[in-house]
Amino acid sequence: MNDKGYNANFINRQSFIELDARERATALFDAGTSRELLGPFDRVESPWLAMQGVTPQEDDGCVVMKGKISGQAAVVVALEGAFQGGSIGEVSGAKMTAAFDLACADNERGIRTSAVMLLETGGVRLQEANLGLATIAELMGSILALRKFAPVICLTAGTVGCFGGMSLAAGLASYVVMTREARLGMNGPEVIEQENGVEEFDSSDRELIWAIHGGEQRYATGLADALIDDDTLQIADAIRRFVSMGVPAVHRSSQVALYRNRIAKLDTSQQWDPKGFRALWTTNGSSEEKR
Amino acid sequence: MEQIEFNYPAKRKVPKRAHVGVVGSGDLEVLLEPSEGEVAHVFIRTSVDGFRDTWKAVLDRFFTKYDGAVRIQINDAGATPGNVQLRLEQAVEVSDR
Repeated sequence: MNDKGYNANFINRQSFIELDARERATALFDAGTSRELLGPFDRVESPWLAMQGVTPQEDDGCVVMKGKISGQAAVVVALEGAFQGGSIGEVSGAKMTAAFDLACADNERGIRTSAVMLLETGGVRLQEANLGLATIAELMGSILALRKFAPVICLTAGTVGCFGGMSLAAGLASYVVMTREARLGMNGPEVIEQENGVEEFDSSDRELIWAIHGGEQRYATGLADALIDDDTLQIADAIRRFVSMGVPAVHRSSQVALYRNRIAKLDTSQQWDPKGFRALWTTNGSSEEKR
Repeated sequence: MEQIEFNYPAKRKVPKRAHVGVVGSGDLEVLLEPSEGEVAHVFIRTSVDGFRDTWKAVLDRFFTKYDGAVRIQINDAGATPGNVQLRLEQAVEVSDR
């Protein structure tokens, strides 16, 4: 706070959340190095939406950009949360998978190429159900192939968050970057309430939702690697840092024994609250062996 | 979803294409591309049926000022007429810049 009674950094910051998918992707590259692949004028849209009376978007809500981050080749794939909830359909999923496969091929030829996925998504697009599911399976295969060569970084900034099948893709990422506004989880609050009742999860309780799915909790329990303010410069900085760090020694999703042990140790006879759970799973700086 | 098309007379060539907006609730996507000849073609897909007259009124007004030879595609998710007008003007601004 300054003497005028407001935080100048907060006022002057450039919000990342307020940017659309194309602007978000552009903001992560070294200035002037990015170009869009299969953009809206290529008109590769979903063939299924119009049949069901839904207006398609020309890029199917998936922006693919190639360029340089910290001077190194990188591909950024950004999902547009405002179009159909950022859902993954046949086309958007195929674009994402193809982008990662091309990055993988570049790595195999010795051109180190990192990948960043900007996930603002509810998961599979229900209008394209089976194709959406299939494409998420393909995407996960592509991430596993690519992350051997170069980091695959997941950024979920909000406010849609990352849910459903795409939370599995996030789980495979080398690094997960979140803001306090973002949420990450398999089942969204409304799905849990619908399936298990309001006693299990009250989806109108925003404090509860963010205490469980929110970026702060995910970071505190070691399921995200960085918690960044909604500030474009700080977020781009974090992405550059993770690109430079390279492939982690052990990916989170490979630490099967660690997470099995943790789950086995959970006393399920008592109801855990988010704070208690955080104390138990606090892992940033945990002494548990990572294997 | 309803599809609507209009043609308007055009006088001048347009320097480059422009893409603005998102097919999100209450918003729309506009793709504006230079075209040959002395005509502007508008192709609309809207999620809200039955507003052809309103679309015509908005575009009639827009083309009283705009004379570029273009192909405009609009993908609409229930934008208000004011919003449509603003997105069209934004597309022109990007294309003429």
